[in-house]
Amino acid sequence: MGRIQLKSVTKSFGDVEVIPPLDLTIQDGEFTVFVGPSGCGKSTLLRLIAGLEDITSGSIEIDGTDATDVPPAKRGLAMVFQSYALYPHMTVRKNIAFPLRMAKLDQAEIDKRVEGAAQVLNLSDYLDRRPGQLSGGQRQRVAIGRAIVREPAAFLFDEPLSNLDAALRVGMRLEISELHERLATTMIYVTHDQVEAMTMADKIVVLQAGVIEQVGTPLELYRTPRNLFVAGFIGSPKMNFIEGEEAAKHGAHTIGVRPEHIAVSDSEGTWSGVVGVSEHLGSDTFFHIHETDLADTITVRADGEVGFRHGDRIHLTPRTDVIHRFDAKGLRIE
Amino acid sequence: MARAVTTRRKSLNTVLAWAVGLLIFFPILWTILTSFKTEAQAIASPPLFLNFNWTLENYAIVQERSDYMRFLWNSVIIAGGSTILGVIIAVPAAWAMAFVPSKRTKDILLWMLSTKMLPAVGVLYPIYLLFIRLGLLDTRGGLVVVLMLINLPIIVWMLYTYFREIPGEILEAARMDGASLKEEILYVLTPMAVPGIASTVLLNFILAWNEAFWTLNLTAVDAAPLTAFIASYSSPEGLFFAKLSAASTMAIAPILILGWFSQKQLVRGLTFGAVK
Amino acid sequence: MATQHSRSVARLMMAPAVVLLLGWMLVPLTMTLYFSFKKYLPLRGGDLGWVGFDNYVRFVSSSSFWPAVQATLVIVGGVLVITVILGVLLAMLLDQPMWGQGVVRILVIAPFFVMPTVSALVWKNMFMDPVNGLLAHLWRFFGAEPISWLSEASMTSIIIIVSWQWLPFATLILLTAIQSLDSEQLEAAEMDGAPPLKRFYHIILPHLSRAITIVILIQTIFLLSIFAEIFVTTGGAFGTRTLTYLIFQRVLESQNVGLGSAGGVYAIILANIVAIFLMRIVGKNLDA
Repeated sequence: MGRIQLKSVTKSFGDVEVIPPLDLTIQDGEFTVFVGPSGCGKSTLLRLIAGLEDITSGSIEIDGTDATDVPPAKRGLAMVFQSYALYPHMTVRKNIAFPLRMAKLDQAEIDKRVEGAAQVLNLSDYLDRRPGQLSGGQRQRVAIGRAIVREPAAFLFDEPLSNLDAALRVGMRLEISELHERLATTMIYVTHDQVEAMTMADKIVVLQAGVIEQVGTPLELYRTPRNLFVAGFIGSPKMNFIEGEEAAKHGAHTIGVRPEHIAVSDSEGTWSGVVGVSEHLGSDTFFHIHETDLADTITVRADGEVGFRHGDRIHLTPRTDVIHRFDAKGLRIE
Repeated sequence: MARAVTTRRKSLNTVLAWAVGLLIFFPILWTILTSFKTEAQAIASPPLFLNFNWTLENYAIVQERSDYMRFLWNSVIIAGGSTILGVIIAVPAAWAMAFVPSKRTKDILLWMLSTKMLPAVGVLYPIYLLFIRLGLLDTRGGLVVVLMLINLPIIVWMLYTYFREIPGEILEAARMDGASLKEEILYVLTPMAVPGIASTVLLNFILAWNEAFWTLNLTAVDAAPLTAFIASYSSPEGLFFAKLSAASTMAIAPILILGWFSQKQLVRGLTFGAVK
Repeated sequence: MATQHSRSVARLMMAPAVVLLLGWMLVPLTMTLYFSFKKYLPLRGGDLGWVGFDNYVRFVSSSSFWPAVQATLVIVGGVLVITVILGVLLAMLLDQPMWGQGVVRILVIAPFFVMPTVSALVWKNMFMDPVNGLLAHLWRFFGAEPISWLSEASMTSIIIIVSWQWLPFATLILLTAIQSLDSEQLEAAEMDGAPPLKRFYHIILPHLSRAITIVILIQTIFLLSIFAEIFVTTGGAFGTRTLTYLIFQRVLESQNVGLGSAGGVYAIILANIVAIFLMRIVGKNLDA
């Protein structure tokens, strides 16, 4: 079981309030991602849940029991750190066994669980090596192994993939998702990368300056961002924002159009502009379009290889059914 | 990337560096050589370099006449005792400052450093007086305490800089894994800190071994370590070069060997982490 | 970043070290201050009452004061100049590729591990003795009249001995600093057309400036209180009586504790002036 409930939790460092009163419920078995720009308080929030930091006020409940004053070791949570935090002087086997040793399990049980975890994580051949002899991806797996042997109520991940190179990151992302499918244990995952958030989460919590901007499934956030911040943060490339006259036509202060919701043509369209940089990814092409009278740059995503060149005049037609409208305060207009 | 250099350039560097190195090392080398000469050979003119009859008689005489072993033992007790005591007191303090830093940590560290800069001569008489009153004058225990206190700031600093290199996340991981504070220090921190603690012990042992203000001023006979033993050769025995050399060689040999192991830590320890 | 619990444990763990050092600092310091305002002659009547600032005035106006200040400055200054200049040159030499670098390093560092009494005595007798010393042999070999170093050139002799002891320290620190210099910087300068001397002046020297400052400050603090080297060589004679040695003589040899304590207070103030600069650098480094 792993239902975690934060009730008006706040955190201040000295006079600086990094987390104003915050309520959040994470359901049992849910894969929740905290996402936001660096310094938004997402890691602090995770550390509050872990018990590595004291909360300033409010309470944290784990499975209905108050855990506010319970030390980290007794909360039944496991954490995977950004730097992996493996014990460099212990072998992989000893690293994974460490929490079990601390829990005073008998040796046979420890061996059984370590072997099991190693098998799941493809680490069986490396059990007698030290962390220094492993690659980044393997270290990551050891850190995860150390977390799963405890069979915790919930896993906490603090930007676990940020030290890996791009290719490995995609692989590990899948592995963690698969792990979640198999274990069905609550996972809380902190990242600044919205792609990780979108691809892995059951539920995304978008944070900015310690405040929750929106909570929802990836698609909810994509389809109905509650405000300009979420709209701009979720989705890649970033949503185009247009203010002024064009927005007023739609009865809004600002309208947002995602790059993938704009059709291009060389002859006709609602808007027009001049092609600046184009990024050819093969499967898609991103055009950065200037001189549109709408905004400095409008980004458009076109399928496949579309033959516009630098300096060409281009015509754009947004899909009207997916235009996002925001008021002067940046809040969504339904 | 270091660039490849020509063999000629490298040879030139080698010759020059070795020449300078040997010149700097020469007084030590000369002392060691002289210790194996007879007194007559030691003052021979022109000086004999290697072409003399090697003898061990000076070592025997020095030991017999002044009981070298007793001074050696005092040095070992005083340097070792003060270092061990210092480390025992400093480890918890350095742990606390490195892993639970507060706003005052920096001030405390700098203040500790400032006590190291207190000139010994400025407090000579009070310490002397306290030693007389407490019956500590010319005792090893008294010197252990004083040398521990003068080196404590360096010990704390060195340990602090080593501990700071241990990522805090690893200790947090241990805490998450259910380790108590005791287990955390025992199973995680200590094994990781052993190299740093060893370096600290080594350097401070050397510093205490060579300390020559308090050891000269607070000892007479019973607790006198090697520094005082050598000072007693000041005159007129100093004119017996071979015996002086034998005594000197015996006083510095143990520490030269230890010193070679500690050269890397020396920089960090003596600059309080300001140069690494 | 920590919890309340760990904070209170931390305070407890720091307590022994803090309390001990606080005692080590305050007790003798208070006593020195106390004695410095007294006429106190343990062997000639003991405590003869309060004398206000008399000791401070007498210490400064005594005929040995200014020579002692001068001797201190000459020794500290001389050793600093020699060790820093030679240290930079030596560090640059040792940084070059060569065979047996490790061994050379050890040879150069060795003097630092020689206890002060040994190095002073070895130099005094085996090198600087006017009859049998090696330098005397050398002088005679070149047909010159041997110098009786410690009486005729006493200051030079002391500076040589102390420089020999401290050169390894300066070299080692400067070498460490040079090795941390990014070689790409030098290569960039070379591409920009800077000749070796300019590279030294514009890149290596500025890079070393912090290390040099640290060497100067730390050595100054230790050099201000050199004792054993003078104790076993000249015993303060021939103009080598430094401030430290003068105070030592006042306190322990002539047992004029009041006067010596006033001198001690001066020494403490002097050391603190240097210490403040050092602490600033070290403190800045802590934040980084």
